[in-house]
Amino acid sequence: MSDTKATTGGSLFTPFNMVAGLILLVGGAITVLRFTGGLGAVTNLSDYNPWGLWIGFDLLVGVALAAGGYVTSAACYIFGLKRFHSAVRPAILTGFLGYALVVFALHYDVGRPWRLPYPFIVQPGTTSVLFEVGACVALYLTVLFVEYSTAPLEWLGFKRARNLVVKLTLVLTIFGVVLSTLHQSSLGALYLIAPSKLHPLWYSSYLPVYFFISSIIAGMSMVIFEGTMSHKYFHDKMDEAHLKEADGVVLGFGKAAAFLLFGYFVIKLVGLAVDNNWHHLATGWGLWFLVEMLGFVLLPCYLYAVGTRDKNIKMIRRTSLIAVLGIVLNRLNISLVAFNYHLPSSERYFPHWMEIAISLFIVTIGVLVFRFVVTRMPILYEHPDYKDAH
Amino acid sequence: MDGNIFTLQDFMFFTKAITYLVIVAALIAFPAFWLFLTDRDE
Repeated sequence: MSDTKATTGGSLFTPFNMVAGLILLVGGAITVLRFTGGLGAVTNLSDYNPWGLWIGFDLLVGVALAAGGYVTSAACYIFGLKRFHSAVRPAILTGFLGYALVVFALHYDVGRPWRLPYPFIVQPGTTSVLFEVGACVALYLTVLFVEYSTAPLEWLGFKRARNLVVKLTLVLTIFGVVLSTLHQSSLGALYLIAPSKLHPLWYSSYLPVYFFISSIIAGMSMVIFEGTMSHKYFHDKMDEAHLKEADGVVLGFGKAAAFLLFGYFVIKLVGLAVDNNWHHLATGWGLWFLVEMLGFVLLPCYLYAVGTRDKNIKMIRRTSLIAVLGIVLNRLNISLVAFNYHLPSSERYFPHWMEIAISLFIVTIGVLVFRFVVTRMPILYEHPDYKDAH
Repeated sequence: MDGNIFTLQDFMFFTKAITYLVIVAALIAFPAFWLFLTDRDE
């Protein structure tokens, strides 16, 4: 994506396109292998480790980083912070693609895609946390699709349908916040069932709260990060309003993320205190926990705060990458690194290269679809027919 | 301190005491951090 030719109909054989094409080819071949040979053919999953990278990264990280949709639309439409309006559409698009790819990735792990609706029509299992996660993700994906649909409807010129969807904005935003609160926290609640498997430094009865609060931080950081990338590669697609509001979005979200990271650090300390886990800090696991807490929670908190104070946009943009990586690290620690920590190393899980390739394949699809949409539809600019219509 | 914990009562007393201290520290730190964040706002 290093040049804009790829986005404006120039040569197809750019370095980005060629790398992306190679990833798609390899991913396609592994996809065939997975659905014909089963999980054993492409993964290192076992009875000890039934959830691997596809759950830890594609699902847990994917859902957390897609939180920008509900965070931004809630800030704009529920809290009335209209100065963030230009960030709503890109955030909704990122959220929609994120959730769509989460569901897509889940097929690789679960298999038998035709059974996806089973929880709703055959065997509900309504007492299961997984059912709640499944129901919320399905409903929220629908909500995001409807929220996002205004852009393609404007692009295709379906004015009446577009106006109808716009009238539903507030209801959809409220749905989005409710459903996100439910399933973001429930993803943490999934691990409450395994107190003996998850290392005590990461296990806490507050896991649902940690997942929910960190998802808001992830959403804000992702909006800043995605905005940074868009400014770099799709600058020519942005209209005046978008360019004018961009710094305000970065400063506002940077300030909120700093305060939230501080609060997140405090509730993590409370978790340590309540379970009396201080003595674990003096172990190797403790050192790794401190890397996460100091390097990827307190450091971005401080950098966001200093960046906000000094109105240093560049610093906030760079910090958003640290915060996003912190979320990735946290979710991978909980689902893979600190999970089954008591097992001998011979039984520990490390993803097969084909698992990593599929995760890369899915991220690449996301980037390509994002580029396709942003270069064609009114995401980073307002459609001329609907200027000042909101 | 861990060596002095024999009963659930001991455990709850110790952990609650530390938690309250963390919360008190947080209640002082939150406004201070907020002031640090916003004192240059116009």
